[in-house]
Order: sequence, then C-alpha cells, then structure tokens
Amino acid sequence: MNYSRIPMPEQPPETRIKNFGEVALGYDETAARAEAERCLQCKARPCTAACPVGVHIPDFIALVKAGRFEEAYALVRADNALPAVCGRVCPQERQCEGSCVRGKKGEPVAIGRLERFVADRHAAQETAPNAAQTAAPAAAKVAVVGSGPAGLACAGELAARGYAVTVFEALHRAGGVLVYGIPEFRLPKRIVRREIAALEAQGVTFVRNAVIGRSLTVSELREAGFCAVFLGTGAGLPNFMDLPGENARGVFSANEYLTRVNLMQAYEADAETPIFRAKRVAVVGGGNVAMDAARCARRLGAETTVVYRRSEAELPARREEVGHAREEGVAFAFLTNPTAVLTDEAGEVRGLRCVKMALGDPDASGRRRPAAVAGSEHELAANCVIMALGTSPNPLIGQTTEGLALAEHGEIVADESGRTSIAGVYAGGDAVTGAATVILAMGAGKRAACAIDEDIKAGIL
Amino acid sequence: MYPILNKEKLNAGVGRMEILAPLAARHARAGQFVILRADERGERIPLTIAASDKERGTVTVIYQIVGGATMALDRLNAGECVADLTGPLGKPSAVEGLGRVAVVGGGVGCAIALPIVRALHEQGSFVAAIAGFRTAELVILEAEFSALADEFYLTTDDGTRGERGNVCMPLSRLLAAGEKFDAVFTIGPLPMMKFVAQTTKPYALRTVASMNPIMIDGTGMCGCCRLTVGGARRFACVDGPEFDAHLIDFDEAIARAKTYRAFEAAARERHCNLYRQTEKRGGTL
Repeated sequence: MNYSRIPMPEQPPETRIKNFGEVALGYDETAARAEAERCLQCKARPCTAACPVGVHIPDFIALVKAGRFEEAYALVRADNALPAVCGRVCPQERQCEGSCVRGKKGEPVAIGRLERFVADRHAAQETAPNAAQTAAPAAAKVAVVGSGPAGLACAGELAARGYAVTVFEALHRAGGVLVYGIPEFRLPKRIVRREIAALEAQGVTFVRNAVIGRSLTVSELREAGFCAVFLGTGAGLPNFMDLPGENARGVFSANEYLTRVNLMQAYEADAETPIFRAKRVAVVGGGNVAMDAARCARRLGAETTVVYRRSEAELPARREEVGHAREEGVAFAFLTNPTAVLTDEAGEVRGLRCVKMALGDPDASGRRRPAAVAGSEHELAANCVIMALGTSPNPLIGQTTEGLALAEHGEIVADESGRTSIAGVYAGGDAVTGAATVILAMGAGKRAACAIDEDIKAGIL
Repeated sequence: MYPILNKEKLNAGVGRMEILAPLAARHARAGQFVILRADERGERIPLTIAASDKERGTVTVIYQIVGGATMALDRLNAGECVADLTGPLGKPSAVEGLGRVAVVGGGVGCAIALPIVRALHEQGSFVAAIAGFRTAELVILEAEFSALADEFYLTTDDGTRGERGNVCMPLSRLLAAGEKFDAVFTIGPLPMMKFVAQTTKPYALRTVASMNPIMIDGTGMCGCCRLTVGGARRFACVDGPEFDAHLIDFDEAIARAKTYRAFEAAARERHCNLYRQTEKRGGTL
C-alpha cells in the first residue's frame, strides 16, 4: 500500500514568480491511473457524501483506473458542470479528500487532481465541440442572473433538463469570480472559456454587458416570458476595516487588485488598465482571496507579507495555496492586526501600524477569538496595502426588486432549494450565503435548478 | 459589438458619440453612466450618459481624451463599433419636485450637467445653468445650454469668452442677490465642486455633486470608487454617483484621483508615439 499520493508536477517557484502561467501542471495518464489505484472503493463513500454536488467519486476513479477516461469524464460531468474548474479550486481537504478513508493513515486519494485530469483529457481529445443542442421550441424559458459558479451550475443543470436558458452577465466577459477573481496561475482563463463554450454548445445563451437591476429588472425578465429567474449575483462590495488612512492612495480592496490583474490583464506590459506597482505589499486577511492577491503582488515584483489576526492553524485558505504562497516567498505575519494605514507627507502609503494578537476562547465560528496584546504596537513597512476581508452582498437586485426578502446584511433570503420570497425567483451562491466557495455556490445553483424544474412541472410557474 | 452612429468633435480634446445600445438606452436617465470598452483589449471607461433615445436605442456619451483608453476610443469613427457598453449604471439624478435649480458645470463636466438641465427643463423647473471653461477654445455645448436653461452664464478663466473668472462668481452673485434655489447640482473637476460646495454652504442650500472617481466594474464589486461622505464609506457606482456636496471629503477624493497619474502619462506618451509612427508611415491605425 502506498501511503503517499502521486505527486503532480509544478512550475518551480523561482520560475513561476516571474510569470502568470499555471503553477500545477496536472497528471498524465500513467500518474492518474497509478493514483486511481489508491482508491479503496469503499462501500461507505464518505467522499461523495462530502461533495456539495454529489460527484460519484469512487465510480469515476474506477473508470480512470481502467483507463476508460471518457466515461470517467461523462460521469463527473453528469453531476458537476465545471469539473476542470473544481479540480483546480475546490477546497478538497475539507470536502471529498478530507473524508477519504485513506487519509486516516497516510494521504487521501488525490480526488481533485483526478477530476482535473479527466476534464483536461476530455478537452484535449475533443476535436470539435459537440453539435449545438437547442432546446425544443416549446421549452420553458429560464433566466439566470450572473455567470459565476452558481449561475453556470444552474444553467448547465437546466439545459440538461431541456429548458431554454439565458444567462445575463454584467461584465464584458462571462465567468464571474472565475474570470475576475481567481488568477490565471491557479485557474487559466482558457479553462473557463472552454467550460462556457461547452454550456453554449448545450444550448445556453449568454448575454454580456447586461446589469440586471439596471439594464433590465427582475420583473421585466418575468414579463419578457422567463417563467423562472435564478439570481446568482455573487458577492458584492468589498469589506474594509474602517482604519485611519484606509482610503489613502495605495490601499486597494482585493477585488479591485485582482480584477485589474485577472479580468483586465493589467500584468501584461501593454495593458491599458493600470496596476499599482509597489516595492512592498501588505495583504490583510487569510482566505483564498488574500493568497491570490499576495501571489499576484509577488509576481508583479513586490516583497509581499500576508497580515492575519489569527495563527496559521486558523487560516481559512486552501492548504495548497498557502503552501504555494510560501514557496513563492510570500511572508506571513500571523497574530497581527492592523490599526492604521500610515502615509508620508505626500499622502503615499508607507506602512501599517499593527498590534500583536493572542488567541482566546472559541467564538461563534468555532475559531479562537483573537484579542490585542497590550503594548505590542509596531509598524510594518509597505507601499501598498490590499484588504482581503470578504464582501457584502451587491445591493443592486435588492434595491430594484420589489418584494424580495433580504437578510440583515442584504443577503437574499432563500431556502435550501433556492426559493426566495417571490414565486418564480430563486437564488443561490454568495448572494445568499455571503462569500463562500466555488463548489458551494455550484451546489446551490444545481439545487435551485432542480427546484425550478419541480415547480415548472408542478404547474406552479 | 455596439455600432457608433454619429461622432462629432466638440473641441480639440473632447468628442461626442451616439452609440447603438438598446439595453442601456431603455432605462437611461439623467445622472446615470455607462461603462464602455473601445476594443477587445480596452480599459473599462465610465462615461456619463449625455443623452439617450429609447426609440433609436442609442446612448450619447461625451468623452475627454485623458489617457490611452480614451485615445483608443477617439480613434473609432461612425460606422465602427465599440467592443462593449454596459448600463445604465448609478442612480438617476433626484430632480423630481425641484422648482428653481442652479446647475454648475465645469469643463467636460458640462457634458454631465446638460442632461440634468434637460431633465429639469422637461419637468418645467426654472434652471440657471452656469458653465465654466479654461479658455474660449475649450467651450462646449454652449448652444444646448442656451436653448434649455432659463438663464445661462458662461465663464472662462482667461476671459476669452463669457465672463472672466470661475463658475463660483456668477453663482455667488445670484445667491447674494437673494435668489432662492431649491438645489444646486455641480459637475466638474473636483476642486471646482469643492469650491461650489463652499459657496453654497453659508446659505444651507442643498447641493449635489456628481462624482466621477476611478472605477472598474461599476456594478458594486471592486470597491475602487469609494468615497467618504459624512464620515461614512460610500461607493459612487451603486450609492451615487451623486452625493451631498457639503458632506463629501473632497480632499481625499482629489488624492485618490491621482493614483494612476504616472501610468496615464506613460500610456498617453505610448499612444502618441504609436500615432506619430503610423502618421510617418502614412498609414492608419
């Protein structure tokens, strides 16, 4: 028995900090089949139970082991509209791999890497996209608002069930956080384009540059003949700390910094969209977004420090990203909390004033609550500060949709199936839960698609 | 793709385009803006809607050439297309119920002032329009303001056209003479709006400034356009772009507007060089 997983080749750190190419390079057939051998095919299937979209994990791995890669892909794709994406960005250690029996003694099966392998291999084999399917002329029309993970999963599931789906996207490119947030080196944009092309081939129509709530309202969509509307508008405005100096020139939200780098390719020499170049960058926060921002800053040539108020054990980021950030020379200031952004006479950022923190008793989230240590004030030098502190829901849909119930902080209220306070209007993903993960949003999108299907068949809509 | 139906040069550095964009035109109202990209590699440029026509399905924008992205936009002609256009964005101007209003525009900000003047005029309000420019050559939209406003005051810094001085001079005079406005709208360079706010403050006169900070998505995602208004954080794209001018921290907004000044200068230089080289070769871009 092999206790270790088959390693996946990567770009070496000293090379990759000079480019935005993908870090992890993927398994080949031999490596994939060898890793698939490690699956015990256990009866209990804790991995599938832990997957938010319920991928039939042991079954697809058995097909990989047998070298039946296309069948393996088809099986994954039946449950997961974006396998090439999820294989790369899911927090597997907290889901499928976290519950893998092999993990009790040794390393769990590399399920994410295998998922990625079958999706990439399928794409490489594909000579031409499948002949375009179109929904039956009488098919009910469903509108999906937002083309991020929740919207794409919902659209994929509805298209598979024969509905005529139109996805409305506010930006000029479809993909939501997959294109504006997650960097190229973690999720190449060609992968997202390919997944969207696959949905288009399935008959899904994408309308870009359409801001629902402004260009068209939700009720106008209903009047235009969409019998159901799914709201997957995602996370919205970035949170800040209300520190003195936080609006100084050189302080950015991670959303802004990443959007410039990812959506607008500001890292390219001839890009029209500017990016702030700094010698020293401090990133405040400890999630995946903080890691992404820090690793982008590193690639843009900055000495980069992640400032996090808890300790390493509490970092919410995916383990692999923390490891990659470390290898790339990102420094970490744990148990450190900023109290002010410091500027020079010209108004340029020169650093952060920070305090040291100590961990006390667990809070509502189960993580130990940090408290400032008296007399621990110190300064951390930085010419640029990036705030990666999560987001609040986008207010546009709430402001413009009469009768839509919102929670205290503006999240759309929806039940487990995605049904909102308005019949025919469904919601899921970050717009409902607040900032979470790609796969949780996809799970919500998929469940809402099932609810829409049920309600239409029941004649409610 | 969004076809350009008409293009017109308003002065050496300012142009006007009417663009076919039915989805943006449908609900467009005074005070709102669009974001467009000239081409596939273009920056997202926020531009206030200068006019819109639901029947034709068009929005008209007025742009000032300040950097690479607006230069690229200006190179496009009628018959060609801009790659992307999204809108309308932001909240419309709150003009309802206003009887007597002063609208104070400066420079290319007059492009934003004009639709507000038009909206007020159409609802029957009395409008005093004040438009200020650096010099006669930069004056734009004079005929349009004259046609729509009940009173129109034109100023230039150097006195080459209209009254010599800045927009605060006619405004102060009107206020000192006892003119009772229900509101003042001001749109233009940040220092100008700051001074307009200072001018109206002693009269406790409701004053609204239309803010145009740096933006990327314009839909409430990136947080780039944040401002401090009355001590609280506000986002111009979804909470504005109009705010109570007496509460805006203009000094902070002025500092933040300079974030990419060096980059913009470099981009302008790059585009100019490209243009010069192309001219030399006798080709077109």
